[in-house]
Order: sequence, then structure tokens, then C-alpha cells
Amino acid sequence: MTELLANIEKYINEHFHGELIRAETLYDFPVITIQHTHAHKVLKTLKEDPEWNFHFLTDLTGMQTEDEKHLGVIYHLHNMQKNIRLRVKTFFDINKPEIETVTDIWPAANWMERETYDFFGIRFIGHPNLKRILNVDEMDIYPLRKEYPLEDQTREDKDDKMFGR
Amino acid sequence: MSDVLKRSKLEVARKPDGLEGPGFFATQIDTVIGLARANSLWPLPFATSCCGIEFMATMGSHYDLARFGMERLSFSPRQADLLMVMGTIAKKMGPTLRQVYEQMAEPRWVLSVGACASSGGIFDTYSVLQGIDRIIPVDVYVPGCPPRPEQIIDGILKIQELAKNETGRRRYSPEYKKLLNSYGIE
Repeated sequence: MTELLANIEKYINEHFHGELIRAETLYDFPVITIQHTHAHKVLKTLKEDPEWNFHFLTDLTGMQTEDEKHLGVIYHLHNMQKNIRLRVKTFFDINKPEIETVTDIWPAANWMERETYDFFGIRFIGHPNLKRILNVDEMDIYPLRKEYPLEDQTREDKDDKMFGR
Repeated sequence: MSDVLKRSKLEVARKPDGLEGPGFFATQIDTVIGLARANSLWPLPFATSCCGIEFMATMGSHYDLARFGMERLSFSPRQADLLMVMGTIAKKMGPTLRQVYEQMAEPRWVLSVGACASSGGIFDTYSVLQGIDRIIPVDVYVPGCPPRPEQIIDGILKIQELAKNETGRRRYSPEYKKLLNSYGIE
């Protein structure tokens, strides 16, 4: 595991100088954090270089950092032939939540990016059909962001005094 | 009539008030129609979650909703009289539920079963409709999370009472039109 992580760290530092922010093992899982500006290029190489061949995108999801000022996208990659997995994280400012799409690398990213856009408002540049997928189209918030309350704001029978809203 | 039926205390429907004599019985047409409607409601089950499971128990042989003249479930809204909404309605499902209601022919009744359908229940969250009465008019609410089959039957009996006592003109009345218009339904 640590060997894999060291190899990836070395590889990215060689091919993409300055793109790697952090490489660590979290919960027995190799995780790398990269700059968001060239994330697409790094991910494309991780898929297409036969040395890595991460041909399968297990999951793609969004997150918000604890300071609430940054949003992130997390990619779970899998190479089934060698049975190796990698988690790639990338963060950017909440006021400019934009990142290049990976639908051209993994077509499976299409709906996952739509879901991430739906819940976090992250705009995936170059996505073929970036619109809400799970929530109603009329929704004007991004519900999983911390700035928006969880509860339905139109509910009248619950007052804050009793229900600790 | 067989002896079994004679001895049975079974009463399918109570005879309405009216004038009776040898060979004739006179009563109001509304009462007769109401009696027929109430005992032959065709329900459309709109079951989305655990209340739907309770409904299945209610339809089963133990509780047997067929006793009330409603063994025939209608899975087409066009032939249904009673819309039974059982379970959490997500906001995204709201337009679908509304369309189902709009496709039903008059007279139509709506039974809201359980806390979620009636008020959103514990799902006080951005994605769940906080009560179906925000999009369609509801006749009877059944509380519970989920309600027991007895409670659902009680709600059905209340609907039957409404059907029995409804005047023939109600669905044409300005009050009823106003009610539908308040939901934006023509």
C-alpha cells in the first residue's frame, strides 16, 4: 500500500511538477490531493498510462471543507486488472466552484457529475448535460452545502422554540 | 333466501329513510346514489413506503377491505373514485401525484394515510413535500407512523360517510370550484 502510494507520488511529481499537494494513506486507502486547475490532465494520464490504467471510475462526489470556504471533488479510481485503487481529491474556492469535466475520460462520470452539481453547485466545464438529476428543477439552493438549512423552510407546524431549529 | 342468510345479522347497507308501502319505496335520488357510491368505491393505492405495507395488510384476508365493497383496486386513475396516498411524497413526485389526481373523474375523494402524506412527518427536509394537501385537496387524514390497519379502515369508513351524505350538486357548486381553483386545478 505504502509502496503504491510512493510510486504514484513519484510518478505525478515527475510528470506533473507542482500538481501534487499531498499523498497520504487514510484508513488504509491511498489518497492523493492535487491542484484543481490541471486535475483533468492528471486524471486522464492516470487512466491512459498503461502503468496505472485506472480504467474504472468507482465514484465521484463532492464535499465542502470544514471552514466552509472550499468545495472539493473526490474521484475513486480502480484498476481491476492489478486490483489497485486510488482516491483523488481536489479543492477549490466556493465562490468559483468550477472544474473540468471528466466525462470525456470516463463516460460513467456523466450522472455523478450531475448529482454533484445538484447537491453542491459545482460546475463541471464541458459537461454535455449539466442539470439537476435528483432534486426538482425549480430548487434554487444546493442542499448539501452548509450555508443552506436541512429543514424545509415552508413548514408551518414546527416553531423554532419547540423544535430547536 | 337460504337459512344461512336469514339467520345472519349481516347488514350490507342500511336502508335510507323514505316512504314505504306495498310494492314501492320512495326516497331521495341523492341518498340512493350516495348509498351505491359509498359501497362500491374503487380505490387507487398510491403507496410509496411503509404506510403502503400497512395498506397491504388492510387489503389482506385478516382485515379484508373487500368487506366494504372495495376489493377492486383500480390502477388507472380514470376509473378510480378514491385516491389513497400512503407514504412519503418527495417534492419531485408532487407533479406526478397531482397529475394522477387530475386524471380522476368526479366524484373523487382523497385519503391521506400516515404522518408523511399528511404533514411530511419526520422528513422535515428540503426534498420532501410537507403534506400532500399543498398540491391536492384532501378529504380525510389518517394519523399514525404508520397507522394500524384499523385506523386505515376507520379512515375509509369516514370517506364512505362523506360519499353517502354528499349531495348530487356538490361537485358543481361554486364552493367546490373555488376549492379546486385554490389548488390551481380547473
